[in-house]
Amino acid sequence: MKELICIVCPRGCHLKVDENDDYKVTGHRCARGVLYGYQEMTAPTRVVTSTVVLENAGEERCPVRTSQAVPKAKMFEVIDIVRKLKISAPVSLGQVLVPDIAGSGADLIATRSFSGTGN
Amino acid sequence: MKTQQYDLVVIGGGPAGMAAAVSAYDQGVRSIVILERDKQLGGILNQCIHNGFGLHHFKEELSGPEYAERYIKDVRARDIEVRLESMVLDLNSERIIQLVSPSHGFELIEAKAVILAMGSRERARGGIGTPGTRPAGVLTAGAAQRYVNLEGQRVGENIVILGSGDIGLIMARRLSLEGCKVHACVEIMSEPGGLARNIVQCLQDFDIPLLLSHTVTRIEGKKRIEAVHIAKVDMQMRPIPGTERRVACDTLLLSVGLIPENELSRAAGVELDNRTKGPQVFENLQTSVPGVFACGNVLHIHDLVDHVSDESARAGRAAAAYLSKQTDTAGGDLIALEAGRGLRYTVPQRLHLRPDLEKLDIFFRVTHTAEEQKIIVESGGKQIALFRRVHVAPGEMEKITLPAKVLAEIQPGAKLSLRLEAAL
Amino acid sequence: MYDIAIIGAGIIGASVAYELSRYRLKILWLEKENDVSLGATRANSAIVHAGYDPPAGSRMARLNVEGTRLMPALCEAVDAHYKNTGSLVLAFDERDRSTLRSLKEQGDANGVPGLQVLNREETLAREPALNPDIVGSLYAPSAGIILPWELTLGLAEVAVREGVDLRLRQELQTIRYEADHWKLETQNETYQARRVINAAGQGAEKIHRQATEPAFHLLPTRGEYYLLDKAVDPQVSHVLFQCPGPLGKGILVTPTIHGNTLIGPNAELIEDGEDTSTTYAGLAEVAQKARRSVPNLRFGENIRHFSGVRANREVDDFYIAMHDKGFLDLAAIKSPGLSAAPAIALYARELLEADGLEVQPREGWNGRRKVRRFAERSPEDKAAMVDANPAFGRVICRCQTITEGEILEAIRSPIPPVSIDAIKRRTGAGLGRCQGGFCGPRVLEILSRELGVDPAEILQDKDGSYIVLGDNRPEVRI
Repeated sequence: MKELICIVCPRGCHLKVDENDDYKVTGHRCARGVLYGYQEMTAPTRVVTSTVVLENAGEERCPVRTSQAVPKAKMFEVIDIVRKLKISAPVSLGQVLVPDIAGSGADLIATRSFSGTGN
Repeated sequence: MKTQQYDLVVIGGGPAGMAAAVSAYDQGVRSIVILERDKQLGGILNQCIHNGFGLHHFKEELSGPEYAERYIKDVRARDIEVRLESMVLDLNSERIIQLVSPSHGFELIEAKAVILAMGSRERARGGIGTPGTRPAGVLTAGAAQRYVNLEGQRVGENIVILGSGDIGLIMARRLSLEGCKVHACVEIMSEPGGLARNIVQCLQDFDIPLLLSHTVTRIEGKKRIEAVHIAKVDMQMRPIPGTERRVACDTLLLSVGLIPENELSRAAGVELDNRTKGPQVFENLQTSVPGVFACGNVLHIHDLVDHVSDESARAGRAAAAYLSKQTDTAGGDLIALEAGRGLRYTVPQRLHLRPDLEKLDIFFRVTHTAEEQKIIVESGGKQIALFRRVHVAPGEMEKITLPAKVLAEIQPGAKLSLRLEAAL
Repeated sequence: MYDIAIIGAGIIGASVAYELSRYRLKILWLEKENDVSLGATRANSAIVHAGYDPPAGSRMARLNVEGTRLMPALCEAVDAHYKNTGSLVLAFDERDRSTLRSLKEQGDANGVPGLQVLNREETLAREPALNPDIVGSLYAPSAGIILPWELTLGLAEVAVREGVDLRLRQELQTIRYEADHWKLETQNETYQARRVINAAGQGAEKIHRQATEPAFHLLPTRGEYYLLDKAVDPQVSHVLFQCPGPLGKGILVTPTIHGNTLIGPNAELIEDGEDTSTTYAGLAEVAQKARRSVPNLRFGENIRHFSGVRANREVDDFYIAMHDKGFLDLAAIKSPGLSAAPAIALYARELLEADGLEVQPREGWNGRRKVRRFAERSPEDKAAMVDANPAFGRVICRCQTITEGEILEAIRSPIPPVSIDAIKRRTGAGLGRCQGGFCGPRVLEILSRELGVDPAEILQDKDGSYIVLGDNRPEVRI
């Protein structure tokens, strides 16, 4: 039996997941908790957020994230790509910067818009 | 000197100010200005690049800048004036504002209504009294967040975090992803201050030890910080002799709480609440100064921006109602709310019990973590409502809504008191 | 060859540099740190003492009373804040009351103006937040408060503008007399000067021993302080001392120029004269003793605690002496050294003259300086300032309302700041309740931009106190 705090929403339900009973979840208060408990034990995923170097916007960095959660094991692989990236304004929110980043199935997207007015 | 008139002045262009301005506009107020001291709207959300915003409000998981941009679009889609790089120097009880900006110079503004939405500031080292030297490399988690996320700077390599507030936890993950070694997150209380999801995603994911009932007893290093001394504390939060150990580090982040930015609230003569450190408000979020409303972190510290948006939209509607003279805040019975056993505070702190009041939202925080609790609402010694909670924690703001039929049972002249009790 | 070398840029070095800049002299001024006023000058009680403490007839008494008399005009000249608050020495019992009477006698003999013994009611009327158990007080109307680092900067900026050759980051390693002059070697330079003034604070004893026979011994004494937020009750309006007694000199509670409440210091002998750390025990002692004067002090509203090290010595006196070959010690300038500083500078000039230094006034000497402080201006002035320069419309420090315009003027001042704390001492940015949490990153950005250096080069304070490590995307070439 593994104890987990559900992170799907801020309520933070205290889940119990039974590895010996096909990852049966208890302690949840909604169906998303069941899914989370199962996934967290079998194939945990995380949304990765970071920043990339930004030119031509008068700001130093553009915030980015993966369009969906990626396998937890791929977090640092995603970050390694992000660290080498350089983009130039204009940038629009949601713009895909790297499709299928690190083969994760998720895209790296910009999370803020910048007009190209800066230098 | 230029003096200008507006129906509504919103001080602060973060999530609170934007939501308040938008809802006031949608209620028909047409002369609105948002005064924002930064170069852009969005406030602190711009540096909160992590995800987790908007789950309640948009049913989506957004990052801070994304959440902000939705509201910026809402503001821009309306005829709401926005003044950037504009700092309010003074606000008096007559709602006269002194404002300065590089583009417009020094100005006076007369407002018929004002919404305070200045947000909060971080508690600094002085507020927690950690002794030792005063080297560089000791900074608040929010300052570090700004350096890393907006300025693109590295703040250090070997990090210790004092306090388990959400910003500190978020920065533990952020700095780990940036290649830093976070050695520990040290919390003086016996339970963490931040949200459970952040404990999991920001500490456990990166094997960062969370040292509960511990504190930093000494800071070492003359120029740049070289080490902290960490000790276990007793029930009175005093360091226990003999438990101290030295942890070498080049950075100490402080995440020991937020305090409402109450400089202007004080200047306006608004009555403050000792517990929230923000203004005391009525059910419509009006402060003790007529026509001055408050919402967001300037009122009380929120853990979710979604709640800030909801609260601020209410403030916007209330200001609109005030401007159209629909709300006579002096009418009805004045009822004081009392945060009883198990509660740290309530917002609002008082209400005008009017027959037309349809419902009452009460926000509060509990004093301790507990399972299977009930929240008992009493008036004149009689229980008038009961709410159940499976889990409560100080780090998570609670809300109850009293419907009209419960409000009808409030005894005039008696306190409306709330307390927490085990449900079993 | 310099006529005079001054060692140390604290309040004493600055007072002397200012005074001597009036004359046709070639003056070298060495300081080991990257700015002036980084020793005892920046961490003390910031009090201008009336002068009843030093023994009647002593030189210390004369310098104290004269310095306190000169202080308002000197502050006015260099545009440094001064506030004449008056002080109260509090008596808690009959023994204290007799101490008050002897302090008054001593003060009268020292020429302290207007001393008055007040009864309990008169005292409480002046200062309602006091412990109601007090039995009386000694009121000294001439006492006041200043910002010691600001006065030091004011004096130093005038001195530099008037030709004094200030060399920062020059730590004196050896000093010796050769034929007809002193040879001074720092870590990377050699200087020559006819006369030397030793105003090196905690470092004065070491320098003295290289130059001449041992004559005094410093006992570095650390004192810890609380600084409470402004606008927090209870507030006090006078400098409040406790009666010196068997338990020591007591803890003082005083308003500051910016409206905060300053509380301290305790007294702890330490070995390292630069150890300005604070301790649980020291802070607890300060808080406990201070509550005896003002019971309801709210230490929860503390915004900063700090400590300073006084250059005490084996006897209760300054060490001021003119030696052979033009070597002048201005050492062990302990309390009330800050108050006495203006008089010590004049006395130093007299000693140098008696030693044969010829002083001829320079024509066109201007001993004044002005600083533009946005927050202190009228609305009309504020409007005019921003109209003339939009940078005055950009508020950087929101706690103290300090604008970018003021920071830019500081950067272009005669002693250019190289750290965030140097900007704080010049403008007040970061002195408020958030202690630079908000404005620190913004000041760093401005300094980096204006000085044309990488943010990683910008210091918090002394050399080595870097704030950021550099760009966090070094992989990306821009």
